[in-house]
Amino acid sequence: MAIEHHAPPEHELDTIDINVNVGPQHPATHGVFRMVLTVDGEVVTDLDPVIGYMHRGNEKLPENCDYRQAIGYHDRTDYLAQFNTEHCYVEAVEKLTGLTPPDRAEYIRVILAEFNRISSHLMFLGAFGTDVGLFGTSFMYAFRDRETIQDMFEEVTGERMMFNYFRPGGVAWDLPDDFDELARGVLSQIKRGIKDIDGLMMDNEVVLVRCRGLSPVSREDAINWGLSGPMLRACGIQHDVRRADPYSIYDRFEFDIPVGEQGDVFDRMTVRFDEIKQSVRIIEQALDQISEGPIMVEGMKRILRAPAGEVYMRVESPRGEYGVYVVANGSDKPYRHKVRAPSFCNLSALRAMSIGQYVADVIVILGSIDIVLGEVDR
Amino acid sequence: MILGMIVDNVWLDALIRLGGVAMLVPLTVIVLTWVERKVMGRIQMRLGPMRVGPYGLLQGFADTIKLLTKEDLRPTTADRWVFELAPFAIVVPIIMALVTLPFTADILIRNLTLGLFYIVALQGLSIVGFVMAGWGSDNKYALIGGARAAAQLISYEVPFILSILAVAMVAGSLDIGIVVGSQDDTPFIAYLPLAFVIFMIAGLAELYRQPFDIPVAESEVVGGPFVEYSGIRWSMFQLGEFVGMVLISILASLIFLGGWQWPIGGDVPEWAQAVTMAIKTVAFILFFMWMRASLPRLRVDQLMAYCWQLLLPFAFLQIIINGLALAYDWPLWTLTVMSLIGAGALVYLTHRAARQSGVMNQPTGVSAQQVGSVL
Repeated sequence: MAIEHHAPPEHELDTIDINVNVGPQHPATHGVFRMVLTVDGEVVTDLDPVIGYMHRGNEKLPENCDYRQAIGYHDRTDYLAQFNTEHCYVEAVEKLTGLTPPDRAEYIRVILAEFNRISSHLMFLGAFGTDVGLFGTSFMYAFRDRETIQDMFEEVTGERMMFNYFRPGGVAWDLPDDFDELARGVLSQIKRGIKDIDGLMMDNEVVLVRCRGLSPVSREDAINWGLSGPMLRACGIQHDVRRADPYSIYDRFEFDIPVGEQGDVFDRMTVRFDEIKQSVRIIEQALDQISEGPIMVEGMKRILRAPAGEVYMRVESPRGEYGVYVVANGSDKPYRHKVRAPSFCNLSALRAMSIGQYVADVIVILGSIDIVLGEVDR
Repeated sequence: MILGMIVDNVWLDALIRLGGVAMLVPLTVIVLTWVERKVMGRIQMRLGPMRVGPYGLLQGFADTIKLLTKEDLRPTTADRWVFELAPFAIVVPIIMALVTLPFTADILIRNLTLGLFYIVALQGLSIVGFVMAGWGSDNKYALIGGARAAAQLISYEVPFILSILAVAMVAGSLDIGIVVGSQDDTPFIAYLPLAFVIFMIAGLAELYRQPFDIPVAESEVVGGPFVEYSGIRWSMFQLGEFVGMVLISILASLIFLGGWQWPIGGDVPEWAQAVTMAIKTVAFILFFMWMRASLPRLRVDQLMAYCWQLLLPFAFLQIIINGLALAYDWPLWTLTVMSLIGAGALVYLTHRAARQSGVMNQPTGVSAQQVGSVL
């Protein structure tokens, strides 16, 4: 145990640790996450995370749907990175069925998934500012830029949240005619907008004081805890599924993998911030390379049957390694369907990262993990 | 002289003036809540209240009516009298401090010869209300908030008082009238920039505003001592907060920016004095709102470390500088030079502490590697 409890000497006031219940309704828990803190004054001596308030059976339900119907459930797991999760699932089904989507569909998927990464990281930066104590200003600045992306998604898919746009074998329909112009406009807005966020968050002395050196995680611990995504890269490990195990067409793009130094909260924030810039790079290359062509495999049947077999597909979602494990038995439905949720795995390190920290810092540490409860509870 | 002596009877005169202030205070707060929301909205690229009245002007009144008619809840396990009296313990001292706070040479209730001392003493009293609310609510968030408020008060109050003391030394009096009167040519901010910087930082802490809104931290303790309050009692906390902001702003204008004297001099009509004061006060209020919208929150131990390790020594430095300059009758510009150097050093050290942080975030000396075994 981190904190040593000495028996109080005589003639001194005895103190007790109290339990503080944070959540499931609390402004800083990012949804319906609950943690029971044991605090000794301001210092947290124990933390008990309680999850499951948002469990909806997103892993079991697809087993009763055919392969196409299950796409919507992936929108609902990680509801801030819907395209990334859809991407993972449709790639898994394509691996099972042996479909190869046409080039244009792959480009559309990559462009939209990278835009979604930007939108998710902007959401993180905004919400994280609120956790550190900014009174909504970071939120409004981040949402100004995120809104342009969201509007673009609406233009493309007709939805703002549950897109349901990728299909095994391609995408549902083609992009709007003016998409290139639209996307480049959004990119220039983001490039301008992140400068404001840079000044407001990365260069803010109070943020520096609060976040630098807070709960550093060593490389060994990061690997042992199964961290992934920005949490892992903040520790200095250059692991990105887009590079380590290239899927889709990510091997065609040039991009850097930003890493941190000591894995503290500030590094996690800067890694995400730098990833926005890298995503912009990828999108710009993809917009230059994309060409006209079919968006769906020729001659798709109405009912998609996968031959018996199993597949594990993983992608780099904004929160880390998002994986889908599908077992097929030859019917039109998955026999077994399992999701590896990155924020669930990252969240498992919360207790070890929080013990010995101040109450105020636990909120910041939780914010820095960037959990999405839909994905943690599934 | 619009307010020389309203009626002949001294007591009646004081009562009328008190009544005037008592009516003005809620009105000011109602307007200020609207202003704050508009200013924050502006900074955050939104409109702020727009629905009630033109430009949402009546929003504050609508909110007040809502709060007045709302049910006044009390948790069954709360310590009844402590819980119910806590809002008064916060509001009453702050409003009492207004008794001796002049707005212009004649718009005031009563001038006391120990006015500055009186104001500082009453300002410090409102902490009792925070601790009462924190304890009486029987809520752990409130308890943590109340304890934080007490810890915070101890650390900011000393530099705060010392910075005011520096002013009193140069002016040679604790009487606010004399303090303002001695700033005819030059406001004290020119002689005491270091004291001004300390006053502003400690003042932010006094008001529990960002970056020092630690006791009421919305994202941690969800309002701290106020968490169990509703309706009229909650709005009294709000009242205390805003009146406190007005009080600090007026005080800062009076003792550092030359009050109604500078730059227009003493023998101008009453309205010119009032306008001068209003401009200065509003500037300070807007400064506090600006800070609120653009700074995150420090941690309570960081605030304490900052106050004890940086603000307090520099506040003493200002006192020593004052003592030297006044005892040896050095010209006042030497005071300016020394204080300016001190202010520069304080700002530099603050900046350096922020940039070289990282060590401060290891509260119990436990690294993640050590707690790895907990899993």
